Amino acid sequence: MLSSLRTMWHIFKHLFQKAETVQYPEQMPYLAPRYRGRIVLTRDPDGEERCVACNLCAAACPVDCIALQKDTRDDGTWYPEFFRINFSRCIMCGMCEEACPTYAIQLTPDFEMCEYDRQNMVYEKEHLLIDGVGKYPDYNFYRVSGLQTATKDKGEAINEAMPIDTKSLMP
Amino acid sequence: MPTIIVDGKSYEVSRGKNLLEACLDAGLDLPYFCWHPAMGSVGSCRQCALVQYRDDDDKHGRIVMGCMTPAADGTRVSLKVDEAKEFREAVVESLMLNHPHDCPVCSEGGECHLQDMTVMVGHRDRRYKGKKNTHRNQYLGPLINHEMNRCITCYRCERFYRDYAGGKDLAAQASRDRIYFGRHQDGILESEFSGNLVEVCPTGVFTDKPFLEDYSRKWDLQSSPSICSGCGVGCNISPGERYGRLKRIHNRYNQEINGYFICDRGRFGAGYVNGDKRTDYVGLKEPSGTFKALKRGEVSYHLTRWIGDGNIVGIGSPRASVESNYLLQKLVGPSNFSAGLSFKEQTILKRQVSILQTTKARNPSVKDIEMADAVLVLGEDLTNTAARIALAIRQATKNKAIAMAKEMGIEAWHDGAVKNLAQEERSPLFIATPASTKLDDIALATMTLAPEEIADFGLKLARHLTEGDSEDPQITEIATHLTTAERPLIISGPSLLNANIVESAAAVAEALVRSNQNTQLSFTSPESNSIGSILLSEDQNLTLQKIIEGINEIDVLIVLENDLSRRLSAFEMKQINASSAKIISIDILENETLEMSDMVLPAASFAETQGTLVNNEGRAQRFYSVFPPLNDRLPSWQWVIELARAIGNKELSAIESFDEIVELCAKNNNFQALLSVAPNKNFRDHGLKIPRQTHRNSGRTAITADVSVHELQQTPDNETPLAYSMEGLNRDQPSVLTPFVWSPGWNSNQSLQKFQAETDGPLKGGASGVKLIKSSGSGVSVACDPTFSFTLEKNFWRLVPIYSLHGSEEMSYHTKEISQLAGLPFIVLSDKDANNMKVSDGDGVVVTGENLKMSISVRVSSRMAEGCAGYSAGYNEIEQLTADAHVQISRDNDWQPLKPVVIATDRIASFKSQDSRHV
Repeated sequence: MLSSLRTMWHIFKHLFQKAETVQYPEQMPYLAPRYRGRIVLTRDPDGEERCVACNLCAAACPVDCIALQKDTRDDGTWYPEFFRINFSRCIMCGMCEEACPTYAIQLTPDFEMCEYDRQNMVYEKEHLLIDGVGKYPDYNFYRVSGLQTATKDKGEAINEAMPIDTKSLMP
Repeated sequence: MPTIIVDGKSYEVSRGKNLLEACLDAGLDLPYFCWHPAMGSVGSCRQCALVQYRDDDDKHGRIVMGCMTPAADGTRVSLKVDEAKEFREAVVESLMLNHPHDCPVCSEGGECHLQDMTVMVGHRDRRYKGKKNTHRNQYLGPLINHEMNRCITCYRCERFYRDYAGGKDLAAQASRDRIYFGRHQDGILESEFSGNLVEVCPTGVFTDKPFLEDYSRKWDLQSSPSICSGCGVGCNISPGERYGRLKRIHNRYNQEINGYFICDRGRFGAGYVNGDKRTDYVGLKEPSGTFKALKRGEVSYHLTRWIGDGNIVGIGSPRASVESNYLLQKLVGPSNFSAGLSFKEQTILKRQVSILQTTKARNPSVKDIEMADAVLVLGEDLTNTAARIALAIRQATKNKAIAMAKEMGIEAWHDGAVKNLAQEERSPLFIATPASTKLDDIALATMTLAPEEIADFGLKLARHLTEGDSEDPQITEIATHLTTAERPLIISGPSLLNANIVESAAAVAEALVRSNQNTQLSFTSPESNSIGSILLSEDQNLTLQKIIEGINEIDVLIVLENDLSRRLSAFEMKQINASSAKIISIDILENETLEMSDMVLPAASFAETQGTLVNNEGRAQRFYSVFPPLNDRLPSWQWVIELARAIGNKELSAIESFDEIVELCAKNNNFQALLSVAPNKNFRDHGLKIPRQTHRNSGRTAITADVSVHELQQTPDNETPLAYSMEGLNRDQPSVLTPFVWSPGWNSNQSLQKFQAETDGPLKGGASGVKLIKSSGSGVSVACDPTFSFTLEKNFWRLVPIYSLHGSEEMSYHTKEISQLAGLPFIVLSDKDANNMKVSDGDGVVVTGENLKMSISVRVSSRMAEGCAGYSAGYNEIEQLTADAHVQISRDNDWQPLKPVVIATDRIASFKSQDSRHV
């Protein structure tokens, strides 16, 4: 009896408290930049696709929802011929972002991905690729990597010496 | 057996091993780079360091290199002591100083021995702040990609390419940290075994170029245990697939055959599987001459309408599996079945088989060939007709070095010491061929003879061995070497299409075997199942020529995976085409035979079905499908069953699984052992199927999501114990069912040692393959009396086939890279003949003969039999040229010198003025 009255009192008290309800979608909640929402593919500071199709995201994905195929551009750089994420399987765990050696794949604070048709949850590269650098403004993989490209000769990457002259006889 | 003590624990190891091998055998993880089980130790990378102690009281010990220290009885070592661990980590750290930051864009990534070893020693953070060395890369041809920045100077590439495979154009260059591994200048690697650099290199300096173009990580490849169909040796391979495309082929270890290495045809020659010449749908020829694609459902209707119960003749194929051939034979009846070989091929191969079935000499595996200590090659250019055997013979010539080392108490794995001791000493190798071979450089003597003269030479040698009547110094010399050898080997084959050569090889072996039980006699076979089709049709003699004679009595002709135009003349092909017989062809690629067929059934390639192939020694081996056939393709054995249903053959119509065919086939006397070639489909490994995919295969829920988000069930495989899935266990199963090698911490192909019972030993899963040919030991009777001679005729030349690894084989030729390397057909003339004719290298000649006139480019060789003209065999452009034909050859004055064939280079136009700067 006493317990019931106590419960009623507690509920009654709530009548005078400020409502916790957020008027979503009119009122948007704050989500930190590191929130793990919709996945995007970013570009490097030069505006090129960052993804080099190394397949590490796909390997790291616990639900195997990423598939891609590597191809090579005329300038010698690697890129994904296709890049597909099946968001109907994605669990937004962020393992792909952690695995990515080029900061290409990033999770964003966008969670509004509902669809009436599940097929629309399958995103191809054109849907994933954004025009910005995302959370990492500076990094450009090919400036660091030892791989030669059309715009970066051997020895021109960061921390690289000029190519060795094999004919040198200097001690 | 010696016992070694590692970190206080005793391990029994085999005799004659070094500490690194002993530790790996004991299941311990000891990092290494430069040591290779087939190439021994040189101690150049300093990675396998461990601490050795004098005795129990020695607490200090000293650092030794595992690969350079014998595992003697009572050796005390420690892997775990800090000193050893720090040393190994320091080695990796120093190797990583210059290693570029490019794993994500390196095609070795994920199967990189350097990655594995770095993780194994625990190195993580780079402390050195200096700049990284860089190197210019080279263009090494369409097969191999070069990225010299990644090199860790282990010397494995040079040791394989030069020392093991006898290549001349790749070596270590320059001094100190400028060291460079490459050619003297850009150019196509000359060795036929260059592809092995991909597997030998512990990191990504040499990578598979065609694979790089359509790349997938190792963990994403779906693989299966397969057999190479490039030639008759039957090397074991592990092809990998993704997205329905065959991506690459890796070696699959089989101790008896290929060991660790395969040739470039085997590794790179299967691109045709993805090619645009593949047949996709059933085609029915319309009156207009074009093919109409039939829907799968319509096929049986058309077949039934067509076939009826007329006279049906079947032509089998030496490149189709035993099971497909067997079913076709069963369908049409033995007397209506031809093995699908030309008359000459069939005669010679039959004789080869009958010799192997009765000879007192041993019929060696490739491994046995490697053990031979005196070799006589009669009429075979092995590097181009049975490349893996040529590589084995190269090793056989090193047996003298190993024997010398043994006398001095040096272990065979002590590679540097053995080489230093032997210098130029080699086991004797004698080669009698009409033209130069790639083994000439290590031969004690070469003989340039016309085919008849080779046979004559062999018989003379055999006579001399029995009666000692010859005074010819060369024959007596060869006889002495062969009789003093412990394991002499005579090797011959059908490539010159001369039965007498095969006969003479048997005569020599029979003469030798009287005094030496260990005499070995081996024959090559031209196609992956040549011997299988001979064993199948042993009692029948229906040759292609006989079929053509009676072509008008045939109602339906079923051709199984056989392009008849490669075996028949244009005239004979016309006869078939003009006949009233309806032709049904089952094949993989478009070819002339398909074009003249009335119905084409698209067959699955070796990568999409299973079957058994019989190699040159008569060893039956099973290959398994890598991925399910696409489009309307079916395995040819299934097409034969469909045909059986159309005809109303009750027995064959009832067949529902591949295993039933094997069981039926095993009733044939020659194929009784077929049942033990591989476990049947009900085999389970610890209760599970064996996965074709690695446990880390990615993208399962996304690969087909573009078509439908509702994931399809994995294709079930009801025919084999393997699964198109990542679920199951790739461990402890018979070797024949091992699709790929992987072990925790060992992602590269070096994980093979975890599958071997001991390093360089047999696989834990036992040997794979069963010999179908067992000799009765009654001996071969060969008449040694006949003499053959070759007479020079003025203005007439005898055509002799010259084979080339890239180009002579039917299927691999349709791979882009192989056809680039094959180049254009040519005629080889001896320098004397060329001189008389006033032609030199690159000029043209007109070849005229019966119904024949063509201009071809000329190569002049000092080692070409006079009066013989070599022609590049198997090239479609010069199909009319046939072995032994008499032709007239004259200088072509209108010949336009051919421009050198430029294969695309790696130089990209937009690359900044690179040519001026490259090495």
